[in-house]
Amino acid sequence: MELTTVWFILIAVLWVGYFVLEGFDFGVGVLTRVLARDEVERRVLINTIAPVWDGNEVWVLVAGGATFAAFPEWYATLFSGFYLPLFLILISLIFRNVAFEFRGKRPEAAWKRRWDHAIFFGSLVPAVLWGVAFGNIVGGVEIDSTKEYVGTFFDLLNPYALLGGLVTLGLFVTHGSVFVALKTVGDIRVRARAFGLRVGLVTAIVAVVFLAWTRSQRSGAEYLGWFSVLAVLAALSLVAALASLLAGREGRAFLGTTLTIGFAVASLFVSLFPEVMPSSLDPAWSLTTTNASSTPYTLRIMTWVAAIFTPVVLAYQTWTYIVFRRRIGVQHIPMPEVASHPEPSEAEPVG
Amino acid sequence: MDTVTIARWQFGITTVYHFFFVPLTIGLVFLVAGFQTAWYRTHHERYLRLTKFFGKLFLVNFAMGVVTGIVQEFQFGMNWSDYSRFVGDIFGAPLAIEGLLAFFLESTFLGLWIFGWDRLSPKLHLASIWLAAFGTFLSAYFILAANSFMQNPVGFRLNPDSGRAELVDFWAVLTNKVTLVTFPHTIAAAFLTGGGFVLGVALWQLVRHPNRDAAAFRTAARAGAVVVIVAATLVAATGDRQAKVMTEVQPMKMAAAEALYDTKESAGFSIFTIGTLEGSEEVLSLRIPGLLSFLGKGSFSAEIEGLNDLQTAYEAKYGPGDYTPSVPLVYWTFRLMMGVGMIGVPVALAALWMLRTGRTPQGRWWARIAIVLPLTPLLGNAFGWIFTEMGRQPWIVFGLMPTSAGVSPSVSAGEVLASLIGFTAVYGLLAVIEVRLLIATIGKGLPELPAPTDDSDRDDSERPLAFAY
Repeated sequence: MELTTVWFILIAVLWVGYFVLEGFDFGVGVLTRVLARDEVERRVLINTIAPVWDGNEVWVLVAGGATFAAFPEWYATLFSGFYLPLFLILISLIFRNVAFEFRGKRPEAAWKRRWDHAIFFGSLVPAVLWGVAFGNIVGGVEIDSTKEYVGTFFDLLNPYALLGGLVTLGLFVTHGSVFVALKTVGDIRVRARAFGLRVGLVTAIVAVVFLAWTRSQRSGAEYLGWFSVLAVLAALSLVAALASLLAGREGRAFLGTTLTIGFAVASLFVSLFPEVMPSSLDPAWSLTTTNASSTPYTLRIMTWVAAIFTPVVLAYQTWTYIVFRRRIGVQHIPMPEVASHPEPSEAEPVG
Repeated sequence: MDTVTIARWQFGITTVYHFFFVPLTIGLVFLVAGFQTAWYRTHHERYLRLTKFFGKLFLVNFAMGVVTGIVQEFQFGMNWSDYSRFVGDIFGAPLAIEGLLAFFLESTFLGLWIFGWDRLSPKLHLASIWLAAFGTFLSAYFILAANSFMQNPVGFRLNPDSGRAELVDFWAVLTNKVTLVTFPHTIAAAFLTGGGFVLGVALWQLVRHPNRDAAAFRTAARAGAVVVIVAATLVAATGDRQAKVMTEVQPMKMAAAEALYDTKESAGFSIFTIGTLEGSEEVLSLRIPGLLSFLGKGSFSAEIEGLNDLQTAYEAKYGPGDYTPSVPLVYWTFRLMMGVGMIGVPVALAALWMLRTGRTPQGRWWARIAIVLPLTPLLGNAFGWIFTEMGRQPWIVFGLMPTSAGVSPSVSAGEVLASLIGFTAVYGLLAVIEVRLLIATIGKGLPELPAPTDDSDRDDSERPLAFAY
């Protein structure tokens, strides 16, 4: 296999890893507003992802870095072309990440409420915008003969891409609900299951529409057959996940949503190959694995580095999940780091 | 303002801001790991309380370093896409490797450290913070290798067809002589920063709360002071080596550092100059004869090339243009880096003297010193990077690509300005919040350890989390 193909696959794997892992923690971030009924429940939700979200986020840094190293032209066109959406993603991630660290540091309810907004919007906005970004990559954008994006910000907000944003949001919230059901005990677990089912059903419909639309967008794609296979597998996995959730099999349901995201992202990459950013102006101006890539020498070195260190990373990240495998509930949440003032409005018992 | 200017301001602001957190993170993680190791070995409670106290301060700071670091990784593609296209074959590799080797290690093992107090054995828990600390070293090495390529491009060839720089020798990039001197210099400065922070915080506690945990803070102050003194010595030694390498690879930067216009043997070094730096009107200066020659080439009589001669030589080599960086900026940041950065040394020596045999520093002056001290290495670091980067101008990659050619053609000045304003506003807001949190955390002093509870009969699934957000 050519090294450019190897790196195309590796970058797809990095994005799959990112969306599977940060997918559920974006989902949990959104759910802090939907599922939690009081401060302690919000802390239960946040603490299901607390030890792992930072490691999850590194996947996008490595995906970005690997794209830079293996396909510099892709990195340059994508990051400069999608300037404002990426700026919004960055601002969201900044607020969300410091929110996790800072929200428990002061007792005032107003302080916590502000960081809760940061966690909610900081999870919601990237969950939507990553989908919009991938919708635009797959749907094709205006790239000229010099590999520069010549469209505008508003061109990026086309219906197909926006639907993509809705799909990622729906998938991540479903995935997050299943994760919460898997990682908690008590009332919140029951509510997470029910909410996951509802949002999962809606997402399934939206996702199928999006994948069908993708098929017509990429009707000339080289591996359209494989795209269809993966897209169907994604849909079946989601159905299986929801059936498992209904049956109370949370571990299987989580495997199901993981496979759903994995197959869906893989299907998008397969629909692109060998292009990496199709040009809507002229197919000859599209970025491909060949015309956007680094030299074989760089790719060879990076292949060695990836082959040696990726298994090590996977091993210790998996071990973290084993260390923190225990389910948590309201009874496990210790007193706040700093003494809390009573919050009368939220003091009633949870029903 | 044009796109290039705004994009440069954005890079300058976001990078200097990011680099307030990075060296403090590197220095502090080792000090925290050191305290925890002392606790692991001796089981003295005060080491555990120091670990938790400085650990909290470290984590507040680490969070800021992480979020501002994501911006750095995206910024090359967003604002500097032509630069990214030109050097991606070389520059992308260390960035990707930094993520794969260092970022995963730091984030995963810090997660284990923060939340794993009751989940891991004491030995594994201690190993977690040392692995995270090791991750900061790896991260520093690879990102400095990337920066050193911009300072002194090696291991590449120019492809005449594509017009791009292509990697031919990755080992040469990793062992760039600029990397080899910049890495120890940066790490030593990071320890100076961490030591200054611990010393400042401990001194403040001793002055303001002499009867609260004085024994523990005396230990911390001594540790901080020793780290400051040792690190400052290494900063000076590695800085000296770095000046010699820089005189060789970027003579223009070092000539600008002294505002040396004409090539001179036995060139002097001025501590300060009042007047203009073009050498036309010098009102007053304090000059040490021969020192610039010594700094640059190791001999007091060596010849140092001046700005005018270098400008002429570069015009001949690269074509017409202005190849001289902003002399006043480079001149003063070089002095401020050394002057402000090293203030901690006399303070550390004085603190060690004051702390001898049971004495405690007292009085308003020590309180003031304690507050200012942690800021001085931070400022020294910032001046150092401004010197390094501004001294390389007008190049983004020295001798290969002018800065003005690296900017993204598809991004408008308005977009860059909007993101510049956005980042600056957000960073400013977060700076205020972070400083207040640090002050509040410091004010509370050492955390009390939870009373040991006998819950051995309790089921593990019922026990509350040892630490939770």
